[in-house]
Amino acid sequence: MAKVTVDGIEVEVPNGATVLQACEAAGKEIPRFCYHERLSVAGNCRMCLVEVEKAPKPVASCAYPVADGMVVKTDSPIVRNARRGVMEFLLINHPLDCPICDQGGECDLQDQAVGYGMDHSRYREAKRSVKDKYVGPLIKTIMTRCIQCTRCVRFAAEVAGVPELGATNRGENMEIGTYVEKALTSELSGNLIDICPVGALTSRPYAFVSRPWELRKTEGIDVQDATGTNIRIDTRGPEVLRILPRINEEVNEEWMADRGRFSFDGLKRRRLDRPWLRVDGKLKPVSWGEAFAAIAARLKGLPGDRIGAVAGDLVEAESLFALKALMARLGSANLDCRQDGAAIDASRPDFYRFNTTIGGIDEADALLIIGSNPRHEAPVINARIRKRWTAGRFPVGRIGPAGVDLTYPHQHLGEGPATLRTLLDGTHWFTEAFRAAKKPMVLLGRGALARPDGAAVLAAAWQIAAGADALRPDWHGFNLLHLFGGQVGALALGFLPGEGAKDLGAMLGGGVDVLWLLGADGIDPAAMPPETFVIYQGHHGDRGASRADVILPGAAYTEKDGTWVNTEGRVQRSHLAIYPPGEAREDWRIIRAASEALGATLPFDSLAQLRAAMPLAEGLVRGFAADAAGPAGDPAALSDAPFAPNLANYHQADVISRASAVMAQCATTYGEASFDTAVAVAAAE
Amino acid sequence: MSFEQPEHFAFDADSETEIAKILSKYPEAKKASGVIPLLYVVQRQMGRSTGSAWVPKVAMDVIAARLNMPPIRVYEVATFYFMFNMKPIGRHHLQLCGTTPCMLRGSDDVMRACHDAAGIRPGQSSSDGLFTLTEVECLGACVNAPVLQVDDDYYEDLDYDRTVALIEALKRGERPAPGSSIGRQTSAPEGGPLTLIDVGGE
Repeated sequence: MAKVTVDGIEVEVPNGATVLQACEAAGKEIPRFCYHERLSVAGNCRMCLVEVEKAPKPVASCAYPVADGMVVKTDSPIVRNARRGVMEFLLINHPLDCPICDQGGECDLQDQAVGYGMDHSRYREAKRSVKDKYVGPLIKTIMTRCIQCTRCVRFAAEVAGVPELGATNRGENMEIGTYVEKALTSELSGNLIDICPVGALTSRPYAFVSRPWELRKTEGIDVQDATGTNIRIDTRGPEVLRILPRINEEVNEEWMADRGRFSFDGLKRRRLDRPWLRVDGKLKPVSWGEAFAAIAARLKGLPGDRIGAVAGDLVEAESLFALKALMARLGSANLDCRQDGAAIDASRPDFYRFNTTIGGIDEADALLIIGSNPRHEAPVINARIRKRWTAGRFPVGRIGPAGVDLTYPHQHLGEGPATLRTLLDGTHWFTEAFRAAKKPMVLLGRGALARPDGAAVLAAAWQIAAGADALRPDWHGFNLLHLFGGQVGALALGFLPGEGAKDLGAMLGGGVDVLWLLGADGIDPAAMPPETFVIYQGHHGDRGASRADVILPGAAYTEKDGTWVNTEGRVQRSHLAIYPPGEAREDWRIIRAASEALGATLPFDSLAQLRAAMPLAEGLVRGFAADAAGPAGDPAALSDAPFAPNLANYHQADVISRASAVMAQCATTYGEASFDTAVAVAAAE
Repeated sequence: MSFEQPEHFAFDADSETEIAKILSKYPEAKKASGVIPLLYVVQRQMGRSTGSAWVPKVAMDVIAARLNMPPIRVYEVATFYFMFNMKPIGRHHLQLCGTTPCMLRGSDDVMRACHDAAGIRPGQSSSDGLFTLTEVECLGACVNAPVLQVDDDYYEDLDYDRTVALIEALKRGERPAPGSSIGRQTSAPEGGPLTLIDVGGE
């Protein structure tokens, strides 16, 4: 530890810390452009100059290591003068276009110019201008505004792992760009907008839309992947205008994936905004009362075991809990939340959770990925894995399709369960490295369970973890990576077939007469028997609604107070940012209202009452029975079919992103398998 | 400014020999250090094979693949240094120093001579494809100013007439001996030694 005196305040910081960190420890704010806590130090903007006693001139505090007994002044005349000089140089080539700049109001340069800028310019010469670059459909560039802090270059190379940005030419002619025109191939590209301290990189969909002070900011949770990214939903009136990440060191640090950030325009398109009823084969708009009456008429006299419910991937815990309770009152335990048919064993929470936790990845020392491409399934978790890999000594093996770039080097061990067998009996060469590790991790993709031998894959993955001594009270190395934000919540609430009840396959096979789809769009409409009465409750006119007999318009994740459980099992609350459109309502209210119409009134009238009854407490419970007794399934039943990619199309993986024009453009740009938009329910339009 | 980027580039046998020698200097994990020498290899090979010593984009991609580094890192290095020509140039690259010592010793005359003999201004290439003229900063040969660098050779102590003669010779395909054009021995005083002449024996 080194003792440093900052403006008369004595602080102790670790050896090797920088002067800037010492100043922050003393509570002093140091202006900066190029320095960023999560990136390497560049030291090229010179804004963080401070005076260090005995140093001949001001030093760049971000790149200057502390020494014991150092005396730092952050607000002396020399420092103020130096920073004024730096600011004057930065502004020489920066355009005076704040009134038309999208960064205006949340611009580091604008803010710091207030502190250190002059009220006039002494510069009379021509300003330089730089041609704008094309870096993809999500990021708008106005390169003349660039102050060449190189944060974006470092982010792309270090965090995103796609070294495609660089600084070409030199001096006056230096430009940031890709040199060859190309769209950045990163699922984290939106973060470039956040880290750019000026208006050089801004959001293309948000261009000229709003000013930050006009926005209402609501804290939420991203549900479009299972990371549980903490987000801030910025709204104006009835519209979501943008979504930004919030800092949560244990989950997303300060990053966010592109699908969650940019697909919100899908919240305005193809929405179900009123109840519909199928009459003589055609959907007709009806009132809520008529819709409930039709359901009540169909359910009348029907035994409970002829009714079933299927939950979708983006549903919050409250409505799942309410629907489960309603089904119980109707006498049905025919529930399922596994539209993909994944062979998940929910008998113990640690069989279906990311037990290592996202923060725990930092401690791991070996990783085996089975049937998953975390780069597409959870880009932020993948960045965390990359961060761990960057720290060194981290062997990564992967079983799955060949030719996948995870943004960090890894060993491709094989394409299918055949490799699992050799890992199980210890004959595979990777076994040695994996078993030698003190904190090994198995990362199993949910998609690897959605196959006929899913249970065997699950059991095999568990046994591989057990064989490497990864299931200890102090370290749980078994991880299941889910794909969407509502999946773990449904498992945690036991939205699964009860004792002797029908699962999804049995329900689709004619086992039920009435099927309640709660946001379930993952089922092929053709797979449902034509005589089944289908109730679809959800927010988008997608596959589920196209087959429905009754449509109950619900709320999307930005439109309700909801509880979500991420892949770790972390329970987080999201808040209502805007109201659902038209006659659509929050989903738990719909179920509560329906229960009354069906004569099975549920015993809660408010969200608070519902939550009091719901067995999910906020936060992360890491309690797990660290014993090796594994999930049901026999590894001997492993087939030889190779694992398939879980998401064919990263940008259009859920109903919201499929309705998004921005995501459709991304899918075109990145040449992804196109989503068939024809399945959009015609009647709802 | 418009020019065509070739679609393919592959190192020829001569270049491969050079590359093997260059890369033997670096440990395998640090072979990206060889990026600058390899860019020179590319530029020389282009000079040999097309008569225009420049670095096409596709060649930078080939270097990136060879050195196992992202292409953008090669673009950054190549565009940073003026020694690498990012667009086609003439057969002979005339690099004229215009920094103070050369300017005081008459680099303006040399510039005029280049224009009169080759018909080009700085930044231009002659229509016959023989010459490209670039005005550069100090070449470090101030004692023998003014100096004109032709490809890899320095021609020193130039004036208007001798520069015209040099360019005419280059046009004829000759290659005059590099160095001082007035017969000065390296950078010794003009007309022979002036000091220590009475030292050394008899």
